[in-house]
Amino acid sequence: MSADNKPASSRAGMKKQLPEKFINYKHVWVFVELERGEVHPVSWELLGEGRKLADKLGVQLAGVVMGPPAATTRAAVEGSYRYGADTVYLMEDPLLTDYRNEPFTKAMTDLVNTYQPEILLLGATTLGRDLAGSVATTLATGLTADCTELAIDDEGSLAATRPTFGGSLLCTIHTLNFRPQMATIRPRVMAMPEGKDGEVSGGLIEVPLNMKEDDVITKILDFIADNTTNKAQLAYADVVVAGGMGLGKPENFKLVKDLAEVLGAEYGGSRPLVQKGWIDSDRQIGQTGKTIRPKLYIAAGISGAIQHRVGVEGADLILAINTDPNAPIMDFAHLAIIGDAMTILPALTEAFRKRLSVNRMAG
Amino acid sequence: MHIVVCIKQVPDSAQIRVHPVTNTIMRQGVPTIINPYDLFSLEEALRLRDAFGGKVTVLTMGPPMAEDSLRKALGIGADDAVLLTDRFFAGSDTLATSFALATAIQKIMETEPVDMVFAGKQTIDGDTAQVGPGICCRLGMQQLTYVQKVESVDPAKREIVVHRRSEGGVQVLKTSLPCMITMLEGTNQIRYGTMDDMFRAARADVRVWSAAAAGIEDMTRCGLRGSPTVVKKVFAPKARAQKARPVDGEGAEALAAAAIEAIFASQPKLESDLLKQSAGY
Repeated sequence: MSADNKPASSRAGMKKQLPEKFINYKHVWVFVELERGEVHPVSWELLGEGRKLADKLGVQLAGVVMGPPAATTRAAVEGSYRYGADTVYLMEDPLLTDYRNEPFTKAMTDLVNTYQPEILLLGATTLGRDLAGSVATTLATGLTADCTELAIDDEGSLAATRPTFGGSLLCTIHTLNFRPQMATIRPRVMAMPEGKDGEVSGGLIEVPLNMKEDDVITKILDFIADNTTNKAQLAYADVVVAGGMGLGKPENFKLVKDLAEVLGAEYGGSRPLVQKGWIDSDRQIGQTGKTIRPKLYIAAGISGAIQHRVGVEGADLILAINTDPNAPIMDFAHLAIIGDAMTILPALTEAFRKRLSVNRMAG
Repeated sequence: MHIVVCIKQVPDSAQIRVHPVTNTIMRQGVPTIINPYDLFSLEEALRLRDAFGGKVTVLTMGPPMAEDSLRKALGIGADDAVLLTDRFFAGSDTLATSFALATAIQKIMETEPVDMVFAGKQTIDGDTAQVGPGICCRLGMQQLTYVQKVESVDPAKREIVVHRRSEGGVQVLKTSLPCMITMLEGTNQIRYGTMDDMFRAARADVRVWSAAAAGIEDMTRCGLRGSPTVVKKVFAPKARAQKARPVDGEGAEALAAAAIEAIFASQPKLESDLLKQSAGY
């Protein structure tokens, strides 16, 4: 994508001129990601966001559920109503038991071509990104990835905002003259909506997949579950401690882990640390890593590029530890300690340890 | 075995700065690199070529200076290189880019079959992860993204088995060639080229194709005109009205104590939650 300095009005294709065939495309759809019987929470976050878009447009919100004939698939339908869908498009078929690109792409493109939504949102998970690219290309429509903000503009078009140029700036992208307008959003970027209490219901449109196993070339031989004991659970953690290049050397990352341990917190780092191999990629915090929404986020030696900022902005309280009082992180952190992480981190660890120590003799 | 690896020359984003007055990207003098994610895919392709024999062709769509990236890839060990460059490509989004690259690969296939296409997981300037799947879809190949490991290839049966990263685990997938693969970062380490590779790279003829030479007839599918997505606005994020409040104190202990006071003053429930957690509840 190239963004030059010409004003918007001088560029070809900047006007909304929707071709005749797309005029009747209506309603907002959210792909409900169901894998091994569980719905990925990003689907509910997107239904919450989709609700706002649908309300602004005065149209319906629909969930798209694809899965095997099973109680868990029906539970995903019910969950969709609970989190705001007016209606659900359901494809139930044994071929949709485990994710493969071919049947899921056929399922989604068939549904879109038949029922014609104006907006289609998917979570930017490994599944969502694998699916979105092939669906958008098959439909020859626009797809904006990893959006941090969605809105409807005055002409009823989806305005999708995301970081650009390695995270130095934000840009707002439209798919003006093609439908559906597709966007992927990372988990935790949007807030989890309040689910409705009690019994829920809505419209249901069941559609057959019309595909045979023999038509599908890729076969699943096995699924090897992760050993979750040491796995990062950053996305849903209440307290997160992270380190950046200001730490100086990989050995100093231990100071981050020590503080995290005292706080019972998750730990992570900025993108350069992952690229240098100091930490695993599943501990990367930032737009292309994990987006976090903790109550407390402590960032040591992190300068605060947009790429990192959009991954942590949802935190209730951000404490930045940095020797530079003018680092970009100071623009969005709430509290700052101007100092060297190498001395501040151990001091914080010790101080928290004392403050939080409990006399276990108490009943 | 003939493998085509799509690479992209990108600005080294760690070094991009925004002009403090005009809010535009200062591109002059920012060094360019091969998109780091592409290197994992290139290395995997080279390993497969070493194991099964054959050739690796690197392909890129970009301005004339993108030829530097192709020569770097040749210097690492790729055998052949194609630069797809044309003013018609300016302003391409991912749909227009996958169209151009897929057409070029079809052109390559006119003279020699292509068994696999590799692409980077995503770029560090666009981050969309869409071009690989787009190329795959257009060429009717089997799509394998987030590959952690190529487990086995059977050239006679035209079959490949891979480990694909999924939420909560790894899928072991078997599919037929031709296929498109994007490799997960950290799955291998890009090699250094041999002296022979570097001499060859310096002297190699990089094929330079315009849109027409690549077999593209419909220019409306390229560049800005072929791009459904349009960038309407580029802007710096709003600075919050108040910058971060620095805590007062002399020395690390004093600063730490002051910070903790400030944290718990603003989040009293957090203190009680952490105390409970610390006590083992």
